[in-house]
Amino acid sequence: MAAFLEVNGLKAYYGQTQALYDVAFALEQGGITTLLGANGAGKTTTLRAICNMVRTEGRISFDGQPIVGRATESIVRLGVAHVPEGRGTFTTLTVEENLRIAAYTRGRSARAEVKRDLDMVFEYFPRLSERIEQQAGTLSGGEQQMLAVSRALMLRPRLMLLDEPSFGLAPLIVQEIFRILRRINNESKVSMLLVEQNAALALELADHAYVLETGRVVMAGPSAVVKNDENIRKSYLGY
Amino acid sequence: MSTANPADTATTTAAAVPASPAAPAGTGADRRWVWIVVAVAAVLPLLHAVVPDIVSDYRLFLMSTMMIAAIAVLGLNLLTGFNGQISLGHGAFYAVGAYTAAVLMDKLDLPYWTLLPLVAAVCFVVGFLFGLPALRLEGHYLALATFALALAVPQMLKYKWLEGLTGGVQGIVLLKPEAPFGLPLSEDQWLYYYCLIVTVLLYWAAWNMLRGRSGRAMMAIRDHHMAADTMGIDTARYKAVTFGISAAYTGIAGALSASAIAFVAPDSFGFFLSISLLIGLVVGGVASLPGSIIGGIFTVLVQNSAQALSNFVKNDIGLPYDLSPYSVYGILLLVLMYVMPTGIAGGVVLAWRRLRR
Amino acid sequence: MEQLIQQIASGLANGAIYACVALALVMIFVSTDHINFAQGEMAMFSTYISWQLIQWGLDYWVAFFVTVVVSFVAGVLIERIVLRPLHSAPVLSIVVVFIGLLAICNSVAGTAWSYLIKEYPTPFPKELFGLSGLIGAHQLGVVIVTLIVLSLLYVFFRYTPLGLAMRAAAQNPVSARLSGVRVDWMLALGWGLAAAVGAVAGMMVAHIVYLDPNMMAGILLYAFAGALLGGISNPGGAVLGGFIVGVLENLVAYLGNAIEKGFGVYIIGNGEKLTVALIIVITVLTLKPSGLFGRVVVKRV
Repeated sequence: MAAFLEVNGLKAYYGQTQALYDVAFALEQGGITTLLGANGAGKTTTLRAICNMVRTEGRISFDGQPIVGRATESIVRLGVAHVPEGRGTFTTLTVEENLRIAAYTRGRSARAEVKRDLDMVFEYFPRLSERIEQQAGTLSGGEQQMLAVSRALMLRPRLMLLDEPSFGLAPLIVQEIFRILRRINNESKVSMLLVEQNAALALELADHAYVLETGRVVMAGPSAVVKNDENIRKSYLGY
Repeated sequence: MSTANPADTATTTAAAVPASPAAPAGTGADRRWVWIVVAVAAVLPLLHAVVPDIVSDYRLFLMSTMMIAAIAVLGLNLLTGFNGQISLGHGAFYAVGAYTAAVLMDKLDLPYWTLLPLVAAVCFVVGFLFGLPALRLEGHYLALATFALALAVPQMLKYKWLEGLTGGVQGIVLLKPEAPFGLPLSEDQWLYYYCLIVTVLLYWAAWNMLRGRSGRAMMAIRDHHMAADTMGIDTARYKAVTFGISAAYTGIAGALSASAIAFVAPDSFGFFLSISLLIGLVVGGVASLPGSIIGGIFTVLVQNSAQALSNFVKNDIGLPYDLSPYSVYGILLLVLMYVMPTGIAGGVVLAWRRLRR
Repeated sequence: MEQLIQQIASGLANGAIYACVALALVMIFVSTDHINFAQGEMAMFSTYISWQLIQWGLDYWVAFFVTVVVSFVAGVLIERIVLRPLHSAPVLSIVVVFIGLLAICNSVAGTAWSYLIKEYPTPFPKELFGLSGLIGAHQLGVVIVTLIVLSLLYVFFRYTPLGLAMRAAAQNPVSARLSGVRVDWMLALGWGLAAAVGAVAGMMVAHIVYLDPNMMAGILLYAFAGALLGGISNPGGAVLGGFIVGVLENLVAYLGNAIEKGFGVYIIGNGEKLTVALIIVITVLTLKPSGLFGRVVVKRV
């Protein structure tokens, strides 16, 4: 049976430069998988390729549907939420507007639902509810990351792509966010594909791990196994 | 040197030159063509003795105006094509050149052949001074500033305090230059040779500059401003100087036109003039010296054939549409950007390459 | 003193026109990073369409609304058909296309309706609110209509989901796409709105400057000056800039007249209006390109 998200023979290009050569992995529904690798390995590119934000070749299927070549917006409407590198905050809009824009695709009739979702989001991230009218660009890094995850949640996604959520954040905030991600996965059953440079953290959260090196998958397995692999420990975990 | 613009502009001001080579007329084959063209042009008026109706005074006059237009477009090309600074207002420098020449001839009675260096100097300074604030502007903003300039020029020329010099709305009437040393040439024939000599000299000067270090620096600035900066090129100096040189070229063209038409008046230097130069640039070929010549020829042809074109469309094709030069320009500008962004010169280069394979 | 107030009031009326056109320019600039050089000619063309409709017997306001709708559709079509294929083209190509649009609008209008100056009707009765001492009825009407249009737009952008989507698409197209917004259509809508607003401006001003194909050139220049002054990335700023520039234009002329009367020396007057606009444009671009209220964004390598 096909996995929830299945990627085969994925190639990706930035203009003329090839960034991914042959990436393949699969994600089961409800699971959390992480993509690890050094800078420039192609982790972010992989997430972008899934959303067709870069020129892509190969096969990607989401819940049985091929999505290569589809417009980004329509992939999102299928249920894929991408929390991009750099958070992607709408800096001049307020926190509430940032959240509402993610509910844009749901239409008028879903107003009550949207309200409930906003409440859910504020339950996960109480800090955001304190800052509803604030301009999103003035939020701290951690708060913007929470906002980014919340925007993804407002899309009612079935799959969440997270690009380096720990980047530039203080360790305590990072722990808080990762704790909440685990909660979201448990309660809402959202599948997650996590790209992280912080390998220890990622391997804690994820069930499965793939390791990328210069555009190719070089290792795959359950997190527990990957965590204990000697090479991985030396290269990415520092011990 | 960072340029702070109100919004993040991701695009560079690289001109639409994907296929044509950066060097203006680099290969030996190109150079041969240039010599042939110049030789033919030099001999042409002499054929008047043989075929007086074909090589008439009027036709020679027309060709003089083509050369003048070519020089003007060449000036614009130096700035926009080779240096990436978009100018929608080059008509302003044309006007400065024309009026400087007119005033010098009219008020100081200077003979026409002393004018060009003076006009070049004046226009260089004006261009350089405009280039200084323009240093901080890129792409759309520079286009906007020059657009404003183009719209304001006729008004500025009519300014009351300058009326003593410029003759106000009525303009200045001049004398057409006569052949020197008593040569047996008519006024139009002599004008033709005068323009030809100036054109050849200016073309050669531009070609020389572009294939040297300055040219490479100019084009580096066009292609990637920030990289050029970090490579140690004094971008500010090059950009401002290029503005000056470009203004000088177009100004010289203006001065020549003052002699040729023997008249200057503010309303001939309006927005339409700047658009004509832009058309010449785009049709002939951005960042192409031969393209500038083609572009100049083209604009004169369109303006002169306006009536004939209009009749053709109305009577022969049957469309109830008055095909003015302005409409031709508009249609061409749009169509070219999709079909042939490198202009005629680029198109010829591409076709030539395909034929040779 | 009364004359001064008259000048200011009349400047506000002009400023209302400039504010509309400036807003149209800013809407397109903020969403596409392009400056629509053809904005003036498009507005002029729309005004001719309304004139034609009136000639054919339609009531003024009916013609007005029909023209606004037609202009909206035209704006959407222009964005989708003319500009879409060029979205990754070099700046020069895009600028050239805008100039081409400008030339076509102007020449087609000239062909269809000739270059003879025409009168354009005003829907505002002469005795509007009895203020016709200080400000003409039409001018007052212009300010009111403009304020209505601007308010409608404000409410639309601030409080409707579609308006929010358009703002998001303009501010951060990538994130907007990732929120499921069809950014391409948002751009087209932005163009449509800009064309519609421009049409309103054209129809309002035609009674004052008389209808001819070249009527919008000077107005466009002043709108640019206003938009730059207020901040070309800030719609509110641009509107304010438009009003400021309108008042400034009249004050300068007034001052020039006063100096001429008082000292017998002519320094500046109506004949220098375009030059004044040019000076404003160059000054703002040189000293503070982001305008009074715009943001400065430093380009990252």
